[in-house]
Amino acid sequence: MGIYFLRRVLATIPVMAVVALFVFSLLYIAPGDPAAVIAGDQASPEQIAHIRASLGLDRPFIVRFGDWLWQIAHGDLGTSIFTNLPVSHMIAQRIEPTLSLMILTLVLSLVIAIPMGVIAAWTQGKWQDRLIMVFAVLGFSTPVFVIGYVLAFVFALEWRLLPVQGFVPIEQGFWPFLRTLILPAFTLGGIYIALIARITRASMLDVLSQDYIRTARAKGLGERPVLFLHALKNAAVPIVTVVGLGVALLIGGAVVTESVFAIPGLGRLTVDAILRRDYPVIQGVVLLFSFVYVLVNLAIDLLYTVFDPRIRY
Amino acid sequence: MRRRDFMATSLAAATSLAAPAIARGAEARVLRFVPQANLPNLDPIWGTQYVVRNASLLVFDTLFGLDATLTPRPQMCEGFETTPDGLIWRFRLRSGLKFHDGTQVLARDAVASLGRWMARDTMGQLIRARLDAMTASDDRSFEIRLKQPFPKLIFALAKGNPNLPAIMPERIAQTDPFKQIGEFIGSGPMKFQKDEWVPGSRAVFARFDGYASRDEPGNWMAGGKRIHFDRVEWQIIPDAATAAAALQSGEIDWWETPLPDLVPLLRQSEDIRVDIADPLGNVGILRMNHLYPPFNDVRLRRALQMVANQPDYMRAIVGNDDALWKPMPSFITPGTPLYTEAGGEALSGPRDFAAAKKLLAEAGYGGEKVVMLVATDLIITKGQGDVSADVMTKAGFNVDYVATDWGTVGARRAKKDPPSQGGWNIFHTWLAGVDCINPAPNIAIHTTGPKAWFGWPDNPAIEAMIGDWYAAPDLASEKQQIEKVNRASMEFVTFIPTGFFYGYQAWRREVSGIVKAPFPVFWDVKKA
Repeated sequence: MGIYFLRRVLATIPVMAVVALFVFSLLYIAPGDPAAVIAGDQASPEQIAHIRASLGLDRPFIVRFGDWLWQIAHGDLGTSIFTNLPVSHMIAQRIEPTLSLMILTLVLSLVIAIPMGVIAAWTQGKWQDRLIMVFAVLGFSTPVFVIGYVLAFVFALEWRLLPVQGFVPIEQGFWPFLRTLILPAFTLGGIYIALIARITRASMLDVLSQDYIRTARAKGLGERPVLFLHALKNAAVPIVTVVGLGVALLIGGAVVTESVFAIPGLGRLTVDAILRRDYPVIQGVVLLFSFVYVLVNLAIDLLYTVFDPRIRY
Repeated sequence: MRRRDFMATSLAAATSLAAPAIARGAEARVLRFVPQANLPNLDPIWGTQYVVRNASLLVFDTLFGLDATLTPRPQMCEGFETTPDGLIWRFRLRSGLKFHDGTQVLARDAVASLGRWMARDTMGQLIRARLDAMTASDDRSFEIRLKQPFPKLIFALAKGNPNLPAIMPERIAQTDPFKQIGEFIGSGPMKFQKDEWVPGSRAVFARFDGYASRDEPGNWMAGGKRIHFDRVEWQIIPDAATAAAALQSGEIDWWETPLPDLVPLLRQSEDIRVDIADPLGNVGILRMNHLYPPFNDVRLRRALQMVANQPDYMRAIVGNDDALWKPMPSFITPGTPLYTEAGGEALSGPRDFAAAKKLLAEAGYGGEKVVMLVATDLIITKGQGDVSADVMTKAGFNVDYVATDWGTVGARRAKKDPPSQGGWNIFHTWLAGVDCINPAPNIAIHTTGPKAWFGWPDNPAIEAMIGDWYAAPDLASEKQQIEKVNRASMEFVTFIPTGFFYGYQAWRREVSGIVKAPFPVFWDVKKA
């Protein structure tokens, strides 16, 4: 297990290197020029060229890529072209809102979606099952921004229960912190709840048709222990897989959710950087997201051994 | 009731009654403002966006400032004098001016700041081309010696559009003009709180108690700049619907640029006031590349001018709110002293598609692709692009509509390559009206060929007329020259103004003192 863990951690290095090369190349060939954005509407081509040179953007691809790799190897993600602030500082400023939003969304999704999936499987074909699946279809098909606007209209504008926008750091109090995240978490969680509920239902249906479930019932166990002790644990592997894969969904959804609720997170940082062609920030954030994704997948692989002791690495 | 219970109850009641008043007092000392865009930096020379200019006007002060009549007034300067030949200008700073780090503002700070500004700004470069020397005579006096007169010098020092001739400490002003400054220390009415800055989300300004305000009433960039808040917090809300909801719920106090679509909704609320933001508005621009066919031929530029219908462009930008736009058969901002419609008949009246088609045939246009760059992420450029594509197709042009984002347009329009090799034929943009009040700040009207703005129009005769305007001694002769410039530019079709449009601003009822200006004026604003 230890060797497996070490091997997987070491394997992230070439993965990150490929990601780095891919991101850098993509930005290199992408149209747009930060120097033109900085120079503004009234700039002359000569001024744009001067700014490009001062930013080092006129150097050959291989030189720029080599410099960037060298910086990263020294733990330096570079400096934002526009704000002149270190990229690591900008990421550090934005990580708390995004992390908080993702964790709350994940917790809400698991707490809501898994019972929904279990109940749907248990009541297969009945009205409860159909109702839950209608919710799941709605969750899948409704765009994140629509859910966000509707929730903000009802809970913030009409009922004045929660704020429309913004983020309060946790050190300013737990309730103020939580208030700003409730609507965004439900907004972002919509598709995630739908996904996990459907997978839980499908996985539970498969497990519930197994012989050992029939045996458990035959020996007189009640439905609750059958469902939650025997069936759910055995249905967990596909659910955990989807939870892991869904992190990518959360990252994508966070971009929209953070914009709708004006949360100063990494999603908005990424969009702003892309629109302005702030290359060091884009590269830094994409690297971070890739690293997180690789780590989440590793964690998911390790979790398999908890839910299914037959799995050994 | 026991005495202890009575005391506890009374204390609780008193606290609960007092708390809202305390909270209200604290609230009234903070103004929460949603700017037009994210504040990416605070260097008034390096940063060319209007949002940087707006923030810079809080943090930095200028030697002169434009007032609402577009007249330059002394601001940091106590006064100035010039020799009869206009070659020597002497300036004296007001006493008591201090930077945010507590140091005194000295003449050498002004000299270094103007030196950095002259390296980047269009008007600054004109002064630099005539500059003999710029030196500090003592702590409060400095002079500018010119090799040839430049009558618009004071206007240039008072300019309100980017790059702002802001004054900063000498050590900061010595930064390469093409590199960003690292310290944001000015002598303006508010201090930038760099520790609280989260780019893309929040920027905070705290009142500078050491600010030496002028005694006159505040008037745009001129006069007294009295701040009635401890803090002004800029909250960047990229989504317009969210900003509207935040204003309705009272989470923000003032929104600089509400979308016209949302204004009817905001007007339904008794708690919200809506008005025109900038009386000088904005000017839409259709820009053609003069280097390559088809628009290197004036006949084809004229053909496009014949079919360009300003009302269509304006409605594409602002919708059906006719209070938000005006026709503008001119290159000069309507309502300003030099406005003229000389030669403007080319853009007024019914559009003539038959005549345009005839010109296309005469010029031998063979259906070559017209590469039109359209930034679809901005409603103003997208709207103009759609209208141009439609009228040009009807007139017989073969339009290649390249839908992209502003970042790409910004880069591609600087390329002088042929359109088939990554260049372009047309792009759309807009300028603030304050940039079009005369040819000095208006980079689009110049026709200096390779040195001109994107599109590179080349017409020495028009440039000579603009030169005559620079030398004009009074308003009457300035008007005379501008009429010539306008007529010649219409005939040459330097570019096509697509119309004049306003934007709205919206604020909560409890906020007072908001004025119409080309930038958000925070001085004299109060909150109940």
